[in-house]
Amino acid sequence: MTDLASYNFAYLDEQTKRMIRRAILKAIAIPGYQVPFASREMPMPYGWGTGGVQVTASIVGPDDVLKVIDQGADDTTNAVSIRAFFQKVASVAVTTHTKDATIIQTRHRIPEEKLAANQVLVYQVPIPEPLRFLEPRETETRKMHALEEYGLMHVKLYEDIAHNGRISKTYAYPVKVAGRYVMDPSPTPKFDNPKMHMSDALQLFGAGREKRIYAVPPYTEVVSLDFDDYPFEIQRFGKPCALCGAEEVYLDEVILDDKGGRMFVCSDTDHCEDRRAHGHAGEMLAPNQEAAE
Amino acid sequence: MYVAVKGGEAAIANAHRLLADRRRGNRSLPAIGIDQIVAQLALAVDRVMAEASLYDRTLAALAVRQSRGDMIEAIFLLRAYRTTLPRFGYSKPVDTARMKIERRVSATYKDLPGGQLLGPTFDYTHRLLDPSLLTDEAVEEPTLREAETGRVMRVSEILAQEGLIEGDGEMPEDHEIGDLTREPMEFPMTRDLRLQALARGDEGFLLALGYSTQRGYGRNHPFTGEIRIGEVDVEFDVPELGFAVSLGTIQVTECQMVNQFKGSSKAPPQFTRGYGLVFGQSERKAMSMSLVDRALRAEELGEDITAPAQDEEFVISHADNVQSTGFVEHLKLPHYVDFQAELDLVRRMRNEFEANRIGGDDTIKEAAE
Repeated sequence: MTDLASYNFAYLDEQTKRMIRRAILKAIAIPGYQVPFASREMPMPYGWGTGGVQVTASIVGPDDVLKVIDQGADDTTNAVSIRAFFQKVASVAVTTHTKDATIIQTRHRIPEEKLAANQVLVYQVPIPEPLRFLEPRETETRKMHALEEYGLMHVKLYEDIAHNGRISKTYAYPVKVAGRYVMDPSPTPKFDNPKMHMSDALQLFGAGREKRIYAVPPYTEVVSLDFDDYPFEIQRFGKPCALCGAEEVYLDEVILDDKGGRMFVCSDTDHCEDRRAHGHAGEMLAPNQEAAE
Repeated sequence: MYVAVKGGEAAIANAHRLLADRRRGNRSLPAIGIDQIVAQLALAVDRVMAEASLYDRTLAALAVRQSRGDMIEAIFLLRAYRTTLPRFGYSKPVDTARMKIERRVSATYKDLPGGQLLGPTFDYTHRLLDPSLLTDEAVEEPTLREAETGRVMRVSEILAQEGLIEGDGEMPEDHEIGDLTREPMEFPMTRDLRLQALARGDEGFLLALGYSTQRGYGRNHPFTGEIRIGEVDVEFDVPELGFAVSLGTIQVTECQMVNQFKGSSKAPPQFTRGYGLVFGQSERKAMSMSLVDRALRAEELGEDITAPAQDEEFVISHADNVQSTGFVEHLKLPHYVDFQAELDLVRRMRNEFEANRIGGDDTIKEAAE
């Protein structure tokens, strides 16, 4: 019972890590293809990032610097919990600065800062199968991928346009990787889709409960599905960030009072703090600073 | 004005401290002991062992205590520990015919070799709350008989003598028994993997599915051939020794369902089997498992697949309560980035809708054309 307290570096045993690394290598070799792997029970619940945690645990080394974000923020409770887990089981250095990290584990966002060639972005994926909502059976969807039979997805997008006048998928917007596999980018807002295209960084996707790993190698084409007359568009916000004044970034809506008051602030907290540190100020911050002076 | 939501770390630490306090409860009462849980909440411990697929009463009781009696949480705790254990190898199949039987009932024969043994059962108790259990009243010693040492014939063997029941399931010669904790699941599955998934499947889920087959959703006319509960030897082949050594005994519940079968293009009219085997004493689970096992054999036996319980991908994908609870409960994690995207879309669609209603414009129709 006393050895309960001691775990291997980064929690997983070396055999398991090797099994996962093999799956990762296969995933890199076949961009966008979902590689089945023998996902382990982790000490956090399925659906809370076990896939991402297993991928990170398999690639993290003692020299790595880890950043964990959830909804773009470093201080969201689940990001805090996962970061604390790796500090505990791998004594790994952690950071909140996108630039300083070698591995970034994320849920639902890609950092605003452009990623570099020495960085790996690890996505937590709940449902890896982009066709799942069109066809619930794994036996069927695997066949559809094998035959490159993606007509159903295009029909779905077309129906969206017919019913709503636009493609109404706002997150987990399907992409085609390297001209072959249709892939779920995980539930990131479609705003982040263009960042996946020809990225300098390696992108790894882990789905623990569904037991799948997939990857987008660096400098790989990632194209969001669309039609010639209905081209893919990202979300645009009418206003800049209320704190740092950033434009062309993804914003969270913060409710300020019960009278409909609200503000829009950067979802990427590190990006926002960094800009503020460099003297940028949005409309909510500026008057406060003046008042302080 | 805007307060950044910092302090996740302190909030988590404080929440866990409060949890520890609530778990301990009133400090003037003695803390509940692990051995008390093992002895007096034995069936809770058995369920945790079964669905965590780890046979260790002490650790299961620890998990029950740590989870404040939340069974699925306890199962999860034990599973997460199990996954870190090294794998030495695989035991030989346990021989349940040689079980040291404590309970054994058959619903198909009035009397049979080995007899009917009721054992410690809730059956035939009247479900009246017992006030004597409010206090610690003395409990009578049980009457016990000498344990049978020999082999006790299975009901399926009696039927097999007449050739009325299909053979015991056999895998092809070169088939290696799978291990669903080491290999990713793939559909369609072989029966060995399916039974593994059912053995660790959620009792409530299997109960509901088994019940649904009785109510006509994939009916398979079951009879309880027999249920037996008792201790079996676990043997392990040690390559260096060249023979199997006993590692000890475990308590299991086995259920063999005998199902009517009118025959199909693939098989003659005969009785067929549904099988259930569970760690510890859990008749409900073993019976449910055998009903579902039989229902999932629909394709193999050439039956029409019409009901949820016969649908392998549906049943196996959703039987694991650790997976289910994780994914259902992850909905409480923040989703505000995606929600923001949806908000934006609904607002824009709403504006268009209002504009159309006022202007009588039909841009949406045009778009569809």
